[in-house]
Amino acid sequence: MSNGWWPGYGVPVMDSGYATDITMTVNGEPCAVRVDNRMSVLDLLRERLGLTGPKKGCDHGQCGACTVLIGTGLADGRRVNACLALAVAHDGASIQTIEGLGKPDDLHPLQRSFLRHDAFQCGYCTPGQLCSAVGMLSEPGPSAITADLAADPPLTLGEIRERMSGNLCRCGAYVNIVEAIAAEVPKSATGTGT
Amino acid sequence: MKPFTYVRAGSPAEAVGEFRDGAAYLGGGTNLVDLMRLGVTAPARVIDVTGAVSDEITVRDSGGLTIGAGVRNSDLGSHPLVRERYPMLARAVLNGASGQVRNAATVGGNLLQRTRCPYFQDVTMPCNKRSPGSGCQAMAPGADTEHLAILGHSSFCAATHPSDLAVALTALNTRVHVASPASVGQSAGPDNSRWIEMPGLHRLPGGMPEQDTVLQPGELITEVELPPPSSGRQAYRKVRERASFAFALVSVAALLDIGPDGLVRDCRVALGGVAHAPWRAHAAERVVLGARPGDAAFAGAAEAELRYARPLPGNEYKVVLARNLIASVLEELMP
Repeated sequence: MSNGWWPGYGVPVMDSGYATDITMTVNGEPCAVRVDNRMSVLDLLRERLGLTGPKKGCDHGQCGACTVLIGTGLADGRRVNACLALAVAHDGASIQTIEGLGKPDDLHPLQRSFLRHDAFQCGYCTPGQLCSAVGMLSEPGPSAITADLAADPPLTLGEIRERMSGNLCRCGAYVNIVEAIAAEVPKSATGTGT
Repeated sequence: MKPFTYVRAGSPAEAVGEFRDGAAYLGGGTNLVDLMRLGVTAPARVIDVTGAVSDEITVRDSGGLTIGAGVRNSDLGSHPLVRERYPMLARAVLNGASGQVRNAATVGGNLLQRTRCPYFQDVTMPCNKRSPGSGCQAMAPGADTEHLAILGHSSFCAATHPSDLAVALTALNTRVHVASPASVGQSAGPDNSRWIEMPGLHRLPGGMPEQDTVLQPGELITEVELPPPSSGRQAYRKVRERASFAFALVSVAALLDIGPDGLVRDCRVALGGVAHAPWRAHAAERVVLGARPGDAAFAGAAEAELRYARPLPGNEYKVVLARNLIASVLEELMP
């Protein structure tokens, strides 16, 4: 827990009018905080709640390192860029970060798969890749590369690549990331080919 | 980022009533928050409208769809009726941004997103759109014009509109419902709302590039109305610098309907990435309508549309690209 200072903004303004009391459920735990209206969900998680799994890569929604799952309940969490989400606009939301996905002694199946497939080098993008993959696997419908719009296509390697394009990896571990995710696609949702 | 007050509106009337000079409406925030962080815009008041407008897609008696302005892009692109009846729209949405951004971005916000012109986004550069009267760096010798306009621009601004969704809506003859503050007066109806046709929502820069659209201050898009589906085949094709998660260099939304006599009875073409507004290619359509479809008609259509293109030094390639893309997409739509 930091003292309330956070990068890029200077001293927070906590006067009423420029700050708001909000409540959230973060990784299943209720939390009540007063936030400067300018604060992103990412800065709230990292600087106020001590959850440094979500990373600040670009702070512009272009790299995906900050990806978390946000919903009204854990079950319907959608992957979003926490850097572009204002905390004040997420009063009442449920947020899941990499810290809530698995624990060192109880890893999420995708985390185990990333280890097995050597799906990272420096690891900076990995928490975002994992949260993004969890969200992606529950998103319905076609993608930009799906030939038949009417069908829910099998999650081929090509489909996974397209659907994960919001997560960059500067180490270039993409090949193994895609294979780690493909290994965890439910059998009913896989197809043949790439 | 400058401190701002935050208000959550529960209805369009409440949102419009909360509007003051210097306020901004917040949808998913995927563009606004970024612009605030860059210092491009600094609203004193942010009005969250995600609870003020519908986030549902409904079928009207006519068979058309009404799309709430709060519908997330991901829900629009995956909706079964959008995929079945308006395939160019589903394709356009699925080709935009990333999975994470589509989950947050709203339909209203997508239409009103600002240009990604590098000089608009860089507050150290002159830009008539960001700071009226400061000049246009894109007109300077050696400027980076690769992503800028080839049609409809002025000496004040050569920015392009970045939306994919808006290109498809422009080809589909959509209209947009807008809630207006009382100050907008009689141009809005008695219920303080009005309809704006697309094309027609976005404007060309002329001498006022600071205005992206015809909306008056405080006006709020509440829903988008798609007409009943047209017969004919539809396509959306986007050319960009990488295969995914990039803005269009040029994109084309098109519809082609061929009658029993073998002649074209309906043709719609709209272009993205080439102008300050999604560009309805009326000249191309006029060549194809009533003609026998085929290479000659399609090449003639593309030529007619690009005849008056005025590329900037460095983006001449877009003229060739747009011409080839129009012909190629229309050919793809042949039965």
